[in-house]
Amino acid sequence: MSAQRITAQRRPRPRGWWVPYVIIAPAAIMELVIHVIPMVTGFVISLLNLTRYHIRDWSSAPFAGLANFITALNISTPIGQGVLHSFGLSLAYTVCVVTLAWTFGMVAATVLQRPFRGRALWRTLFLVPYALPMYAGVITWNFMLQRDSGLVNHVLVDQLGLMGDRPFWLIGDNAFLSLVIVAVWRNWPFAFLMLMAGLQSIPADVYEAAAIDGASSWQQWRRITLPMLAPVNRVLLLVMSLWVFNDFNTPFVLFGDGQPASGDLISFHIYNASFLTWDFGLGSAMSVTLLLVLLAASLIYMRATSPKENRHA
Amino acid sequence: MAVLLNRFMAIGDETKEVHMRINRAVAATGLALCVAMSVSGCASDPKDSSGGSSGDSSNVTLTYWASQQGTSIDNDKEVLGPVLEAFTKKAGITVNLEVIGWTDLQTRIQTAVASGQGPDVVNIGNTWGVSLQATGAFLPFGDAEMEAIGGADKFVDAALKVGGAPGTDPGSVPLYGLAYGLYYNKQMFADAGLTPPTTWEDMVADAKALTDTSKGVYGMTIAAGSYRENAHLTFITSQQNGVELFDTASGKPTLAQDGVADGIMRYLDLMQTAKVVNPSDSQLDSASKAMPQFAKGQAAMTIQQSNADATFVANGMAAGSWGVVPLPAPEGAKSDVGSHVAGINLAVFANTKHKDQALQFVNWMTSSDIQAQLDKPFASLPVLVDGEATFTTDKEESATFLDIYRTKAAPLPLVPGEDQFEQAVGKAMNQMFASVATGSTVTKDDVMEALTTAEGTIH
Repeated sequence: MSAQRITAQRRPRPRGWWVPYVIIAPAAIMELVIHVIPMVTGFVISLLNLTRYHIRDWSSAPFAGLANFITALNISTPIGQGVLHSFGLSLAYTVCVVTLAWTFGMVAATVLQRPFRGRALWRTLFLVPYALPMYAGVITWNFMLQRDSGLVNHVLVDQLGLMGDRPFWLIGDNAFLSLVIVAVWRNWPFAFLMLMAGLQSIPADVYEAAAIDGASSWQQWRRITLPMLAPVNRVLLLVMSLWVFNDFNTPFVLFGDGQPASGDLISFHIYNASFLTWDFGLGSAMSVTLLLVLLAASLIYMRATSPKENRHA
Repeated sequence: MAVLLNRFMAIGDETKEVHMRINRAVAATGLALCVAMSVSGCASDPKDSSGGSSGDSSNVTLTYWASQQGTSIDNDKEVLGPVLEAFTKKAGITVNLEVIGWTDLQTRIQTAVASGQGPDVVNIGNTWGVSLQATGAFLPFGDAEMEAIGGADKFVDAALKVGGAPGTDPGSVPLYGLAYGLYYNKQMFADAGLTPPTTWEDMVADAKALTDTSKGVYGMTIAAGSYRENAHLTFITSQQNGVELFDTASGKPTLAQDGVADGIMRYLDLMQTAKVVNPSDSQLDSASKAMPQFAKGQAAMTIQQSNADATFVANGMAAGSWGVVPLPAPEGAKSDVGSHVAGINLAVFANTKHKDQALQFVNWMTSSDIQAQLDKPFASLPVLVDGEATFTTDKEESATFLDIYRTKAAPLPLVPGEDQFEQAVGKAMNQMFASVATGSTVTKDDVMEALTTAEGTIH
């Protein structure tokens, strides 16, 4: 046994043993720089009373322990109530946007699954919202949703006469609806793209066999398409939910300074808590809490949706 | 996290395509980040930029972040270019100018403060003076520094005071002065046989007389969706009611009081009960967005700062067709304050390697000649005691704004939490105006509740 170990220890390393490490090193370093260090830094800041008085020298900020977390989560105070409101709003926003974006993406991908004349044109057209620069797309919606000069009210009120008075779309409760519409417009092409790629991998003979057996289109979609797309959907829904829940750009560009209460998503709320009030400790505590919540939700989701044979892998 | 990644890995071959796309996107993002970081190189580190010691001006290059004051960033560069060239010629110091829009300036300054990577000299909104001073990032203008820039007594006292907390050396000095006024359309007033209002009640009565919704004309236009404007008007109406927003000694907010709520209600009622403001104004998130309506005759009056003239002209209003009076207080008001001491200040970052040169530059920018040269294109009021208003050729307008700036303007609370007040109360008022615009009623109780909530978020 001892002799075997010595032999193993003395065995020369194969040529090029270092190649995998070199190949993986850039990715590992980038992961460290882009993800790990900022996350650890954020966690450390959340334990500090880091306000304007210490922002020049973080090391001088007093240790706050869990005080920032208590402040952020104490729903009997205005700050805690604000966080709770934004969290609930983001949850509703995520459910609405992901559901609608996935539905549109699935419908479009299914319709375009089989070849027909002009299919490439439709595919390209559907991807336009995703290809447009985010700012250009959302600011165009801002112009369209203006009460007096916007295209939406011009069509709904002036052209179609569907409403007596011009509604507001960027303030009041309608602002949430506007936010969802813009986010769905921006996100559904991604769902479409992923689902289209998934559909391409389903063999055509499965559908042919089902058709011979008398399965209707609905049954084929329900019994073949959905189950065979399950692995794609599992990742797609998770990734989209995380992106949408953390969406900052859409409300930031759509509402600007005139941010309504119904558009106060959690990322925007954290930005306000951190940058506009100089309380980086509190803002970081909110961010860390959000990270933990999303991580827990993701784990539960992955566990609940993974195939049974993989659960103990 | 590792468990989560394992779960991802276990999903199966079918998702490899998805993974590959995501990985490519991540890799591309990382690469772009690397390129961006290497290109930008955080090159504005004052510690590393330009040669020369603090006292030696040879080969010194200062970095100057200017706020956008003109009609565009290019316009600002055109205006400031000759001023900076003249400074270089005189002092041998080169100035790297970057003009930054107002929406980005505060975040850029915060980033500079936090990272230590900032310019040598920077413009700031003077209402941020105390808040930024509290960070310690700016060079205090003590006796020696004041002497280097020509002495404290060259500045209008009220303007200088907003550069720092009471009893401290200011962290910034006045550069451009601004004040609120009530602009009115002379022709519309003459046609209706009205004279400019001298009390709040007169203003509302005139506005009612001039409102004709069938023609889309309102008595007034205000930026009701701008939290900054709403916060400023909260301060002004509170001052008129004789109440303070903060306890200066403790720095604690004192928002939830009748005088503040009454002031807010007075402003809200322009839209809510008097109905002299278009409900669509609730969407106007900056003062400049209310200017076209006034310029195009869709509103007879507007509350604006003194640099509005160029925008009126740009929107087709002939110069001289508007008049200005101080924003009136109600009859029997405790104060006739019609504005806060508004404007732009100039600050030097404390970690500059070129303190002497930076002070020379501040001295240059706040000298009589340069002030006279810049006041006109940037429509600013003189911040020097011997300065003359050159921003307009309209003598009456000029005299009115000077009077407001020197006798009817009060500084916003000189406490570090002032910016939090603007955020909390201004945004609460955005929601109140939105409620009014969408048909709800806002009561004084609602306002008091909002003020109590706002007070709880200021710390």
